[in-house]
Amino acid sequence: MLARAQIWWTVFTMCVAERLAYRGDFVLGTTMRFLPIITQIFLWTAVFASSGSGTMVGFTRDDIVAYYLLTMVARAFSSMPGLASGIAGQIRNGEIKKFLIQPIDLVGFSLLARLGHKVVYYGVAIGPFALVFWLCRSYFPGWPPGEYLAAFLLSLVMSFLLGFFLEASLGLAGFWTLEISSLLFVYMLFNFFFSGHMFPLEILPEPWRTWVGWMPLKYLAYFPAAVFLQKIPADQLWQEMGVMALWTLFFFVLCRRMMHAGFNRYSGYGG
Amino acid sequence: MHRPSYLAVFWMFARNSLIRDMTFRTNYIIEVIFGVSWALMNLGFYTLIYRLMYADGDGHASIAGWSQYEFFVFIATTILVNSLVEGLFMSNAEELSELTRTGGLDFALLKPIDTQFLVSLQRINWSAIPKLVLALALLAYSIPRIEGLTLSPIQFVLYPLYVIMGTLILYSVMIALAATSIWLGRNQSLYDFWFYITNFSRYPMEIYAGPFGSPLRYAFTYFIPILVVINVPAATLAKPLSAADWPLAGFALFATVASLAFSRWVFQRALLSYRSASS
Repeated sequence: MLARAQIWWTVFTMCVAERLAYRGDFVLGTTMRFLPIITQIFLWTAVFASSGSGTMVGFTRDDIVAYYLLTMVARAFSSMPGLASGIAGQIRNGEIKKFLIQPIDLVGFSLLARLGHKVVYYGVAIGPFALVFWLCRSYFPGWPPGEYLAAFLLSLVMSFLLGFFLEASLGLAGFWTLEISSLLFVYMLFNFFFSGHMFPLEILPEPWRTWVGWMPLKYLAYFPAAVFLQKIPADQLWQEMGVMALWTLFFFVLCRRMMHAGFNRYSGYGG
Repeated sequence: MHRPSYLAVFWMFARNSLIRDMTFRTNYIIEVIFGVSWALMNLGFYTLIYRLMYADGDGHASIAGWSQYEFFVFIATTILVNSLVEGLFMSNAEELSELTRTGGLDFALLKPIDTQFLVSLQRINWSAIPKLVLALALLAYSIPRIEGLTLSPIQFVLYPLYVIMGTLILYSVMIALAATSIWLGRNQSLYDFWFYITNFSRYPMEIYAGPFGSPLRYAFTYFIPILVVINVPAATLAKPLSAADWPLAGFALFATVASLAFSRWVFQRALLSYRSASS
């Protein structure tokens, strides 16, 4: 048990060190990521200027801006750039063989690597994030009550796990197809529009709204933001959290099963 | 010395790229589907926004003075200009930093043809063509639906001209950014910078209003002229011509020439500091 914990700790510290190597580039990249928020503020100001009542699908202009900022926080947890393509690439070029003889498996290693990267990311990104949120504080309705805040924090942690296991499952599909780029294209497209990254999901008309409501994607961006802004009614809050936990569990199990099934049929392409 | 025929060389590049694209046909088809679906979903988003504005307001809906079909012309113009940039220049600009890093630029410099021409156009991306068709179809759909718009022949002449000018402005920004990779070796952040800066150009310039918006609008119109890129051609076609628009339309011409000259200067300066890579 202790030996296992030590292995995990070594991998984790290694990944932290790796990530810290390019910190200058990293701070610049994180700060620039906020630039599109500026256009969003202007765009929605113009949209609401044309609306008579000042609200749309229950959102005011300020709500929308706060929503976009909060989805950026959620996506800082749930987005996994390069994870699926990285795993598929390792399968394709044979690099995956090393996990067969190492005391840590592919998914475990990737999870620790991601965790290491994310921890460094939050350590560095908290500066730009705090600055932008402070500058935009007037768009927020204030802190949510304790219950919502707790649900928000928990949903962020779960969105990290959900995002990780979902994308890892996509990457593991590489055992069967080798080339998953078209699968990833479709995923990216759906993710962008139906995770709530581009707009609050309330904007969608029925029956899309209901369908998207049942999909796991909304927990990657929309849900944490909607919890913070108290757009989820109190009687549904923990029910939704439960559904999110079930999706996370589903992809965790799927991911493990795919990995084992994949190793069983793996025939070691590449050198 | 014999001068190469640039047109013939360009034709050869286009032909070779087409052969290459058709060799990896599945990849080509995926790229096309992805590009077109992306554009369609974006269009769907704005359709929803206008629907909400109609449902919520007093029966009229506009984003900063752009009614729904006028805005569709704006989106069509965005698709048009972006697919031209993507089709002609994008992959070449990406390749430039790779050429610098690997020393492949040596071969480009040895060829008896203008280096900027060679590195800017040698790979044509044919998967951008269906998006061009989509943009034209969207124009054909939207223009008759704009209330009270009667097009004059001059608008038909000016529109393609301004689309080309917009494309050239974006090209200048792109090649100038790419050229900096000759100084820096590698520049991932600069590509992100390209994405974020052109993000400003995808909206009507009228939305940038107020104490923060106006300076932003002036900076991105007169200093880095990316707001001119889509706004001028789109307004030329979607809105009735008025004398008030001429100064900006005239400026667009100046901005194109100035951007091209500036990017040429940056590119030449960057080449002077190229020291080749170890190989």
